[in-house]
Amino acid sequence: MWSFLRSLWHKLSSPRWFYQLSGKLLPWLAAMSLLLIVSGAVWGLLFAPPDFRQGNSFRIIYIHVPASMLAMAGYVLMAIAGGISLIWRMKVAEIAMKCAAPIGAALTFLALITGSIWGKPTWGTWWVWDARITSVLVLFFLYMGIVALYEAFENKQAAAKACAVLSLVGVVNIPIIYWSVEWWFSLHQPATLKIIGKSSMAPAMLHPLLLMIFGFYCFYALALLLSMRSEILQRERNTQWVRELLT
Amino acid sequence: MSKPTLTTLAILMQVVRRDLLLALRRRAEIANPLLFFLMVCMLLPLGIGPEPQQLAALAPGMLWIIALLACLLASDSLFRSDFDDGSLEQMLLSPSAMYLLTLAKSVAHWLVTGLPLALIAPVLALLLQLPAIAMPALTFSLLLGTAVLSLVGAIGAALTVGLRRGGLLLSLIVLPLYVPVLIFGASAVQAAAEGYLYQGQLAALGALLALALPLAPFAVASAVRISIDN
Repeated sequence: MWSFLRSLWHKLSSPRWFYQLSGKLLPWLAAMSLLLIVSGAVWGLLFAPPDFRQGNSFRIIYIHVPASMLAMAGYVLMAIAGGISLIWRMKVAEIAMKCAAPIGAALTFLALITGSIWGKPTWGTWWVWDARITSVLVLFFLYMGIVALYEAFENKQAAAKACAVLSLVGVVNIPIIYWSVEWWFSLHQPATLKIIGKSSMAPAMLHPLLLMIFGFYCFYALALLLSMRSEILQRERNTQWVRELLT
Repeated sequence: MSKPTLTTLAILMQVVRRDLLLALRRRAEIANPLLFFLMVCMLLPLGIGPEPQQLAALAPGMLWIIALLACLLASDSLFRSDFDDGSLEQMLLSPSAMYLLTLAKSVAHWLVTGLPLALIAPVLALLLQLPAIAMPALTFSLLLGTAVLSLVGAIGAALTVGLRRGGLLLSLIVLPLYVPVLIFGASAVQAAAEGYLYQGQLAALGALLALALPLAPFAVASAVRISIDN
């Protein structure tokens, strides 16, 4: 068992092996995410009961919550990949970290936009300086900082290392930022606005949401693998196996 | 160096002394962040109007934001000259741990930027009509807060020192990380101005400093190594 894991670890560090393995995973992930997102969206938008207070406008939750969850999980994944690339000098982890940044930034942006659209009918305003919204906005800037730092370096290997350090610094800071913003919010304004708590959600509304969350996870994996594969091809363009693949 | 091995404290003192000496030889650079602080404080009444009540209401937050921006601008120069003349590379080659050297450089940087800012802040606070009761809170929160800002800013400075256009990028990287310091610093001054206790906020700033002081130099040291290898 241990030796199997170790050989898997060593194989994973080879971009070529990773390219072949991810090629086998892609159709499964694509089918899973399509199935889950389509069924979750149809169920959530057409068949789930409307909220007794918010009416139909709550249905944006089926995009908003999965996007916010993936935005946060994506940052942790990026930082872990960055840590692995710094410690074990693993090329694939470096590529994963680089590719996770724009995807995470896009999902964070989606979470902010859907939250803002949801806020208009519910709170009567596009933007509220609520603790959660502010933390997600800071998360978006952390992602953008990493994307900008990567683009600024001409030497892409140094860029990946610098971004790995920054993502680790960011992941240490995220709980501190979250906690301080939470504290700031409770100090400045009483919590009159409340987003529906998970536990208070009716099962008929919750089940499509769970489908959407799993669907978004599959979609995230799919997007990450596709982006990593193209990065691998670009980096290894001068090797024998890529040439054989293309001819 | 004549002695082959130095104690930890001796290394710290040596680097701090060197950086302070270099800073004293270029006194204008010490004055720059302070002048920036003063000028933005002058712009503020011009922008929002001279009514004392309005200024007093905005002063705690604005003073903290301006001090934060002054620290941010100053941190760009933290490794710049040492990188340009090659002494940073020599430090990397020296037998002393890079962790200690970067820690000492951050401390020296705080002594010439954050400390003067915190000391001059009450004078500028007078201009912005901040109630006198909030002055101690302003000074103490800036003393603790700017130290954290220097340490965190050092991470950004080390990451961008090898880049030609690092300045704007540095602010993009570092500003999100400054958020907790701003929240607790401004809130301490606000609470003091309204006559409440502010020791809790100072304690939070102290906690942030206690976290940043041992952890940030790790990131700075590896970032310096990356920038030099680049």
